[in-house]
Amino acid sequence: MRRGRTPPRHRETEAGSPFAPHTAAETAAMLDVVGVDDEADLFDIPGSVRFDGSFDIPARSEAAIRAEIDTMLGRNDDLVELLGRGHHAHYVPSVVAHLSDRSEFLTSYTQYQPEVAQGFLQALFEYQSMLVELTGLPVANCSMYDAATALGEAATLASRVRQTTGTRVLVPEHLQEGRRAVLENYVRGQDLTVESYPMADGNADLDALAEQVDEEVVLLYAENPTVRGCIEESLADLGTLADEHEALFTLGSDPVALALLEPPAAVGADIVVGDCSLGLPTAYGMGLGLFACREEFLRQVPGRLVGASEDDAGRRAYTLTLQTREQHIRRERATSNICTNQAWVALRAAMHAAWLGPDGLVDLAESGVRRARSAAARLDEVAGVTAPVHDRHHVGEFCVRTERAADAVAADLEAAGYAVHVVGEHDLQLRVAGLPDDVLDGVAEALAEVAR
Amino acid sequence: MTYDQARFTGDGVYEPLLSAKTSRTVDPGADSDLPEELTRDELTFPSPSEPELARHYTRLSEMNYGVTTGPYPLGSCTMKYNPPFTEDVAAHEAAAVHPDRSTRSTQGVLELQHRLQDYLGRIGGMDAVTLQPPAGAAGEFTGIRLAQAYHEHNDEGHRDEVIVPESAHGTNFASAALAGYDVVSLPSGEDGRVDLDALEAALSEETAALMLTNPNTLGLFERDIERVAELVHDVGGLLYYDGANLNALLGRARPGDMGFDVMHYNVHKTFATPHGGGGPGAGPVGVVEELREFLPRPHVRRVDGEYDLVDPAHSIGKVHGYQGNWLVLVKAYAYIARLGDEGLADASAKAVLNANYLAEQIDCEVPFGPFHHEFVASAGDRDAANVARRMLDYGVHPPTTKWPEIVSEALMTEPTEVESRRTLDQLADAFDRSLGDDEATLADAPTRTAARRIDQTSAARNPRLAWHDLDEGGGG
Repeated sequence: MRRGRTPPRHRETEAGSPFAPHTAAETAAMLDVVGVDDEADLFDIPGSVRFDGSFDIPARSEAAIRAEIDTMLGRNDDLVELLGRGHHAHYVPSVVAHLSDRSEFLTSYTQYQPEVAQGFLQALFEYQSMLVELTGLPVANCSMYDAATALGEAATLASRVRQTTGTRVLVPEHLQEGRRAVLENYVRGQDLTVESYPMADGNADLDALAEQVDEEVVLLYAENPTVRGCIEESLADLGTLADEHEALFTLGSDPVALALLEPPAAVGADIVVGDCSLGLPTAYGMGLGLFACREEFLRQVPGRLVGASEDDAGRRAYTLTLQTREQHIRRERATSNICTNQAWVALRAAMHAAWLGPDGLVDLAESGVRRARSAAARLDEVAGVTAPVHDRHHVGEFCVRTERAADAVAADLEAAGYAVHVVGEHDLQLRVAGLPDDVLDGVAEALAEVAR
Repeated sequence: MTYDQARFTGDGVYEPLLSAKTSRTVDPGADSDLPEELTRDELTFPSPSEPELARHYTRLSEMNYGVTTGPYPLGSCTMKYNPPFTEDVAAHEAAAVHPDRSTRSTQGVLELQHRLQDYLGRIGGMDAVTLQPPAGAAGEFTGIRLAQAYHEHNDEGHRDEVIVPESAHGTNFASAALAGYDVVSLPSGEDGRVDLDALEAALSEETAALMLTNPNTLGLFERDIERVAELVHDVGGLLYYDGANLNALLGRARPGDMGFDVMHYNVHKTFATPHGGGGPGAGPVGVVEELREFLPRPHVRRVDGEYDLVDPAHSIGKVHGYQGNWLVLVKAYAYIARLGDEGLADASAKAVLNANYLAEQIDCEVPFGPFHHEFVASAGDRDAANVARRMLDYGVHPPTTKWPEIVSEALMTEPTEVESRRTLDQLADAFDRSLGDDEATLADAPTRTAARRIDQTSAARNPRLAWHDLDEGGGG
């Protein structure tokens, strides 16, 4: 420390921001340069709207805040979560947390100054590339907020590119409630309406759907796996149906499932949306929205795109590209209002996917299929339980039917330490991917107690 | 310059693409018990070892500039130091719960959300806050939808215009349009603030809302804010506050007291939760009492001593599949708690002091004033983008350029409170040196960064967005 210098102020006892490095002497000298006597004089705010009260928010030390949050979050019950419905987590390897937490990534801004953002740009280019591999579609953006908002954006894209005059968006009756609600909010301003089509034993009811689709439909949405964990078996037919009526076929999925299942492009998907289950814990619903589409829609894609180019030394370089679609240039004519996206989560997802590699991704998806099959068989043996409800192939999760009302069964299971979804009067949904045998035995025992 | 960018100087040393190093093809159907027609035939994907992965991303991080690398004076973006303890707090195991769990079993999560809602309400002078919007623009959309629902509820659904000053963030226009509104652009007055005559001319029975940033993007406080509020309310419109510049007002003034009816908070700006290279952010929205029952569902409330999720009576529905970017909210809570009343007020005081000091130190024209947290200098007859690129050679991240368009060749600068006088002097030095360099030098800059001038035109004309699009199939 230089002689005579006032110590910096990150001591825990001093009032003021611990992150403002000014010493009293420096502040005084700077005020002098600016030409005012007091910090308060810097604020050009009429007296009538000046705030001179208190928020009554006491400053705490780091240690105190950590203890406080420990205590607060400690009030969450410690439950085994058999919860999914499209939002679920896989174990995230430590290396992903450590690398993504490198502050050059974490504390950086959107890559508008590409010369000093090459690292993040390349990582996002690689993220886009991985989605292209998994979906078979040639264009992927570098993130949306979540599956629900990505679906909303797919619908607004459909309204921009529609060849018909239609206004209908068709979604499965079994759809995560939040996705439907967000979609309704997104399409409201575009004068589109959202309607459900029926499901038959956990898959799209093709016959009923064929009756429902007409030239007024601008977007037909399906999921694989469905929200109930079923593999949708008639994707190609759905794609054909959409195509015959010039509706965009949008498929919701997850990168892990996509490593195993038919590539969406091969069944005629125009757009793929979804929640990425890699890179993050369940995080109370925080997610990463996927968005990929056909090349034809490139200039209608919402959100950011990273492109490869060269610098003037002839070296590979990356940059945000096609920004003329975005709100900071096109304002109310932009393809979307999304600005800050989920870039850092996309970075983590790319790291996690690369860590798994092709074998790891496929193994994870296959183990989900096997686990669902064996767990359903195991629970089907429990008196008062039928499993699975749908005679389909499942990935990671499935529904069970209980003799007693599902609400009551779920409440009793929670008391026994297990959290499950209620999806019908007598139907529960359980996510079992990654669940060890002994835990599954515990679930079976608990169900045996309360299912009848 | 004292900033050393030596690690960016590895001339021609590039990090190869993951695919080029390690891609492999597997047959996913091979060991599957699924019918062949349901599975794909092959998957080609990178397969690095963990050490390769660690080196790959470490190398990439070294080719990236963050707030911990150096000063990041991006106007309107509020890039300030993010204390890492908030990361530890957010990594708490008990934070990682599934969003569909019962409210009874997640009292801890709900309590923290309730406390943050309360803190944000007090800071903004708002009566109720939702944490659901996952980013600032999502907050704008939420706020405008709230205004829309409010008008419709009061049989005023005919209002189809939202007024936005021309200097506003582009997201304001886009969010209003997404909600289905016609956007009316409001020209700035001669002093860079809202022109009251122009506002009066724009307002009508069709006005649903006026969206305003205060201080505005020129760093100027809208001194006539009470008159603005009065004019908007007189025609039955609502006043929306864009929280992008709230860092300049903490503890000094509150949007609620100025007459704003609805606002969003950019927690990743004001409350120093890391921006993550473009997210996740969070855009909580605060409202006055009259709008409380229109908030997104569900809303965290305290009922009989327990925290609960309640559907507001006239809710607009949802703006996120679940409850937004929860981990970002945990960081925001921790940051606010760390600063407290005096810290928050001091943050604004120092942010404003730093902006005014830096504006004073640089040798170029800075129109308007007095400034709050940011100012817009003009590069004069120089190309602001070239000046910005040259600043990279002097080791600092440049300001926002060419925006807002009210100032020609704009250099929009926001040093934030975390920079010391010494750093500001260095920044001023980088400004002055860049502006003083000859045209040829500017046109050649930057020369010391990982990439030099990048061909943006060919990137847009011939988009190459994935490994497949690269000639060499992904080579480095």
